[in-house]
Amino acid sequence: MPTTPLIAYAHVGKTFDGGRVVAVDDVSLEVAEGEFLAIVGGSGSGKTTLLRLTNRLIEADGGTVTVEGEDVRNVDPIPLRRRIGYVFQSGGLFPHLSVAGNVGITPKLLGMPTAEISARVDELLDLVRLDRAQYLDRLPHELSGGQRQRVGVARALAAKPRIVLMDEPFGALDPLTRDALGDDFRELHRKLGLTTVMITHDMTEAILLADRIAVMRGGRLLAQGTPAELSKSDDPYVGELLRTPRRQAERLGALLPRDGAA
Amino acid sequence: MSLFTDPRWGEALGHLPDYLGNHVRVSVTALALGLLVSLPLAIISRHHPVMRGALLGLASIVQTVPGLALLALFYPLLLALAALSLSWFGFGFSAFGFLPAVLALALYSMLPVLRNTITGLQGVDAAILEAAQGVGMTPRQSLFTVELPLALPVMMAGIRTAAVWVIGTATLSTPIGQTSLGNYIFAGLQTQNWVFVLFGCLAAAVLALAVDQLLALIEIGLRNRSRLRTALGGVGIAALVAATLVPTMTRSQASYVVGAKTFTEQYVLSALIAQRLKAAGLFATTREGLGSNVIFEALAKNDIDVYVDYSGTLWANQFQRSDTRPRQELLSELEAMLAKQNITLLGELGFENAYALVMPRKRAEQLGIRNIADLASRAANLSIAGDYEFFSRPEWASLRKVYGLSFRAQRQMQPDFMYAAAASGEVDVIAGYTSDGLIAKYDLVVLGDPRRAIPPYDAMVLLAPKHADDQALRAALQPLLGRIDIATMREANLRAAGNDATSSPDAVAQWLWEKVGNK
Repeated sequence: MPTTPLIAYAHVGKTFDGGRVVAVDDVSLEVAEGEFLAIVGGSGSGKTTLLRLTNRLIEADGGTVTVEGEDVRNVDPIPLRRRIGYVFQSGGLFPHLSVAGNVGITPKLLGMPTAEISARVDELLDLVRLDRAQYLDRLPHELSGGQRQRVGVARALAAKPRIVLMDEPFGALDPLTRDALGDDFRELHRKLGLTTVMITHDMTEAILLADRIAVMRGGRLLAQGTPAELSKSDDPYVGELLRTPRRQAERLGALLPRDGAA
Repeated sequence: MSLFTDPRWGEALGHLPDYLGNHVRVSVTALALGLLVSLPLAIISRHHPVMRGALLGLASIVQTVPGLALLALFYPLLLALAALSLSWFGFGFSAFGFLPAVLALALYSMLPVLRNTITGLQGVDAAILEAAQGVGMTPRQSLFTVELPLALPVMMAGIRTAAVWVIGTATLSTPIGQTSLGNYIFAGLQTQNWVFVLFGCLAAAVLALAVDQLLALIEIGLRNRSRLRTALGGVGIAALVAATLVPTMTRSQASYVVGAKTFTEQYVLSALIAQRLKAAGLFATTREGLGSNVIFEALAKNDIDVYVDYSGTLWANQFQRSDTRPRQELLSELEAMLAKQNITLLGELGFENAYALVMPRKRAEQLGIRNIADLASRAANLSIAGDYEFFSRPEWASLRKVYGLSFRAQRQMQPDFMYAAAASGEVDVIAGYTSDGLIAKYDLVVLGDPRRAIPPYDAMVLLAPKHADDQALRAALQPLLGRIDIATMREANLRAAGNDATSSPDAVAQWLWEKVGNK
């Protein structure tokens, strides 16, 4: 693992409502270059807030967030956001723009010439495995949930970012689509050498996709490490989170014939 | 003669280029100004709840002011501003017609635009706004590429509402001196020319619908990113504006403007004056349906050139006098006061149009009422009706004081309906006008005023300050002075109140000239 982390959170804190709601409480966490980190927690655990602190969609109250070695407070948030890909929950696509318009938005903001943008959009649709001839001019409401999320991923990758942040990207999809998209993204992460931080409430998904997992609850970071390291944690909440996939795996193993034709 | 072969349709059509052109100009300018102010205000206030509340509150209050009152209020306001500007910066501007109409209508257009723009912008999904931020848009880019396009359908609905309101309300700008399709309606109501009323309403409705549909076309075009539709709508609106500009631009601007107040006699007299000017080889246009206070100020400011007013009206309204003088004394004092404002009192026409208490002849005989003194003892059991201003005028105060009049009930009515109401017994007494032809038509009787509570109301021709030495104008109007007696004017007014082709102010004015011109 490289020595300098690409993203680092050091004693980061964030409260809302004038201090009454503590969203993130003294969190320190590092993400190495090329790593795929999943942050797992329930609603209100502070995981989404932590993700948004990274590209300054939210400003931290205390502590330091560092991206590519620079304290984000010293970086203009607009260029910062343009060089970090962001995949929103259920897509966050602009409903009045076509697939091409959505995917090409960040290059357009960066002032890329129109011809280059359309070439890049074609390339990206291939990358996320959407048939360009068929989908280029469609509006978001004409797409299925899975297709929308593929467009969301393509949009996040449009400006060739080194970092991709994902906010529960596959949460609202049916299991088959979810599985396919997860695998496809994992492959893109590897192929493009991305550094990915993904938020999820689903420990199974985290285990299957991520290199390392951070567990959050009530704004605090409870544990972090590879699945194997996590399973050694003595925190009861972490244990509880891991119990579910383990039990499911055992039951599935018992119920499904290993080499059946089903 | 059927409704459709009535020659007044043709006459109405003849006025259309002028009325429609002015109507479109004032509406489009007002709407453009309204949008120019409302859109930025709505956009700025979308993140400021206090400002938003204040703006919407203010716009709502404006909306509750009746359109006619709002338009009328702008006239004195602008007069004051013009006077200030003249004394501070050395230049004045006309507070008459176009400017007050545009300002009032622009104000009127603000509520739907403000409300719908704010609602539309607030209705944009928070997740979409976050996505706009997340992909690296500046607040400005987010506004123009995401928020405004998404709010557009709601905003356009507001703009369309505003356009229809403005076009409809613009018909009320006639009394403050802005020619509009309202000229048909006001003139038609006054002279009982229902063809004109209908024509004015139809023209305003068709215009409103056309503009609404053109805006709808632009909206659909913008929403579907169809350049063709947007362009078509834009070209349609531009064509409408251009088409209405052309006829008025080619018209001669160097013409005399003859003013007329809002009642039949004034329409006839202004038509008569315009005809005399044209006969003398001068250009003349009429500006009709002007409010009683607006018209005098307009003359004083040279916005109109000539009109007929009544001595008692000037005495009581313009000069705020509540005392009554013998006729000759009042006239000479009036002439001196007018001269101070450089207004020329050219002379009297020969008849009086005074307020008078009027009731059905039979009823008066039954009750033994011959004059107002007789009426006073019976008034407690009777009802009275007057026009919209009568009960707030000094004549009414004077009548009550001198005769101790106190009626069971009092009502306000459109003057032309008043006489019929008296004839049918719906009211017992009306405050009518001595020169009104309907007095004879309905067999009504004018009650005497033995204690002279009502001042004299001689019809007199006034000239604007800039025409003080205008010999051509004086010469053209001289033949009218002292020629029109009360019986002739009553007959003329009765003709003008008729509902057929020979009752147009122009036709009646011609008849009147034939009657008095050769005396």
